[in-house]
Amino acid sequence: MATRTDFGPPYFRDMLPPVIQKNYGQWKYHERIKPGLLVHVAESGDRLWTVRVGSPRLVSTDWIREVCDIADQFCDGHLRFTSRHNVEFLVSDEAKVEPLIAYLQEHGYPVGGTGHAITNPVHTQGWIHCHTPATDASGIVKAVMDELYEYFVDWKLPAYCRVSLACCLNMCGAVHCSDVAILGIHRKPPVINHDVVRAKCEIPNVIAACPTGAIRPDPKTKSLIVNEEKCMYCGNCYTMCPGMPLADPVGDGVSIWVGGKVSSARTPPKFSRLVIPYLPNNPPRWPETTAAVKNIIETWAKHARKHERMGEWIDRIGWERFFTLAGIEFKPQLIDDFTLAPETYRSTPTFKW
Amino acid sequence: MADSETPLLDELEEGPWPSFVKEMKRAAEKNEAAKDLLRQLERSYVDKVGHWKHGGIVGVKGYGGGVIGRYSDLPEEFPAVAEFHTMRVNMPSGWFYNTKKLRELCDVWDKHGSGLTNMHGATGDIILLGTSTDHLQPCFDDLAEIGFDLGGSGSDMRTPSCCVGPGRCEWACIDTLELLYDLTMTYQDQLHRPMFPYKSKMKISGCPNDCVAAVPRSDIAIVGTWRDKIRIDPVEVANYANDGLDIVQEVVMLCPTRCMTWDGKTKTLTIEDAECNRCMHCINLMPKALRPGVERGATILVGGKAPIVHGALLSWVIVPFMKIEPPYTELKELLDKIWEWWDENGKMRERLGELINRLGMRNFLKAVGLPAVPQMVKAPRANPYYFWDPEEVK
Repeated sequence: MATRTDFGPPYFRDMLPPVIQKNYGQWKYHERIKPGLLVHVAESGDRLWTVRVGSPRLVSTDWIREVCDIADQFCDGHLRFTSRHNVEFLVSDEAKVEPLIAYLQEHGYPVGGTGHAITNPVHTQGWIHCHTPATDASGIVKAVMDELYEYFVDWKLPAYCRVSLACCLNMCGAVHCSDVAILGIHRKPPVINHDVVRAKCEIPNVIAACPTGAIRPDPKTKSLIVNEEKCMYCGNCYTMCPGMPLADPVGDGVSIWVGGKVSSARTPPKFSRLVIPYLPNNPPRWPETTAAVKNIIETWAKHARKHERMGEWIDRIGWERFFTLAGIEFKPQLIDDFTLAPETYRSTPTFKW
Repeated sequence: MADSETPLLDELEEGPWPSFVKEMKRAAEKNEAAKDLLRQLERSYVDKVGHWKHGGIVGVKGYGGGVIGRYSDLPEEFPAVAEFHTMRVNMPSGWFYNTKKLRELCDVWDKHGSGLTNMHGATGDIILLGTSTDHLQPCFDDLAEIGFDLGGSGSDMRTPSCCVGPGRCEWACIDTLELLYDLTMTYQDQLHRPMFPYKSKMKISGCPNDCVAAVPRSDIAIVGTWRDKIRIDPVEVANYANDGLDIVQEVVMLCPTRCMTWDGKTKTLTIEDAECNRCMHCINLMPKALRPGVERGATILVGGKAPIVHGALLSWVIVPFMKIEPPYTELKELLDKIWEWWDENGKMRERLGELINRLGMRNFLKAVGLPAVPQMVKAPRANPYYFWDPEEVK
């Protein structure tokens, strides 16, 4: 049999529930009824209820089948996932909404993640399946969300809050515009295995991969030399060459970044900024990381005005005030010295003590 | 009872948030690879490093991407994950499913792999996590039988994604779902056969709320917008005020352009639409009362990316407004020109945004035939170092 190729994904219209087929593009407005529950109303008057639950992202086929059973029972077999690993049950029959929510809560599915809440953290593979991680992903997210659970299932925050995690600078989770980002980092230069470099690596490509120009050829060994004073431990060379591993139980850990946002509502998208340059990898529950994230979120929740995202709040009060309110020590690593560094330096004597 | 082999991971079965360890254990009951994955992960929790080898090229016939090779660096201890490759499976637009299709997918994955998945990966694909080399082709063949194709990996167009769009959102200014499907089908070759300098990501959001993070996360971002007036239902505005929404504090004062006024006596909201920058804040707060206009299209932005190699970038506006209607000819012609310029000029592992930085926005705009307009910049340059084409100086 010839292998079929290039046929593309299943056509989404075949997946839509009848209420969407009928009202496609004709939605008029929606209401947030309570945490985890939305209703969308169409021009026709038809209504569609959405019940959102958090998933652990890493799921078994048994879990998918269970979710399917629930969708069969309450949603005529229709559901969708969000860009942040939530499941959305799409309910056309109002009488089934509350029984569905009761069923989900009884069976341990967190109902929430809508409105002024923390939604499901986007995250990467970590030690479960990645070859360049500086930390785990699923484990930290689980530990953090156990601590922040009340903020997922309830509306206790001033605005949306997006927590994300990437286990190295590759940022498969693209966490660089999150209210709170947890990012795995290395702190030691690569340890060069010259035999592997000679056997497996394209030397010019490895040199070109270094963003700080720290790598140069070594004609004597037909391998490479790393200028350790210039190395910022990004791991790019290891991506290009297996002979340059950086992973190290002491060097590796977690950094915390805050104040980013994706949406253009009120203010343009922003990058998250480094506030804690290093916390240790301390499995299984990463208590230092969990406490830091909780502290930052609760400090924001206490001081921000309604609708003010983390970064908007900090822009109003100033970064210097953020550090005093959050009780976070300002470390030298927080001052940028990469390519666009001067844009972040202050040029006015107007600031707060 | 025997002592647990995974005491550290067992602690992550406790607590209110759903546990991935429980999921791994469920899969491990039926599958040796899932069992060894759990054991190897416990080992990482002890050692505080990962235990996967670097890379490895595997795939299916006819494709250069879609499968990520993965090998344990402790194959003697954990033989069932000696080979543990990932398959990226292209999801339907908007991640909509019916249960029949999902069950078929589960059956295929139980037959060929670990039974563990990510729903979904960060780029949007269904991630089938862990199978051996000899199962890759049979697994793909069975996926093809049920209508699931592979997504992107390596230096190709990565699986594009979009928001829920007109499927369930009144703010969708473009048909994100249909556009995504059309572009995915048009560019199957670019998706499946890596031939670019590096990865190229494309994301489509229906409005500036950008629910799929197109601006920060994609080389080519298509974001719905409108050109005419916000539609107001004055009765519903008054209802929001009567229901306790503080229109001055929560809406007018937070409007970035201060283009609105509120008359508390008559409960009338007035919007000076020409000054509105369509940020969505007021519409987000009063969806029953305010709606995007009717002359709709998209803003096209390019260059967004995560840090590797030369730092993270947010996408930049290159087309303030484009009509987005089938067969999407204007958009596709632009995409072709962008990719052609990048393909010709980009160095290995240089993303589009980095190339624009290196060669200059001026060169990029000229190559793709776009006029310079003020909507492209936050501010004009503040330095006197700029070029003239010789033919301009006569």
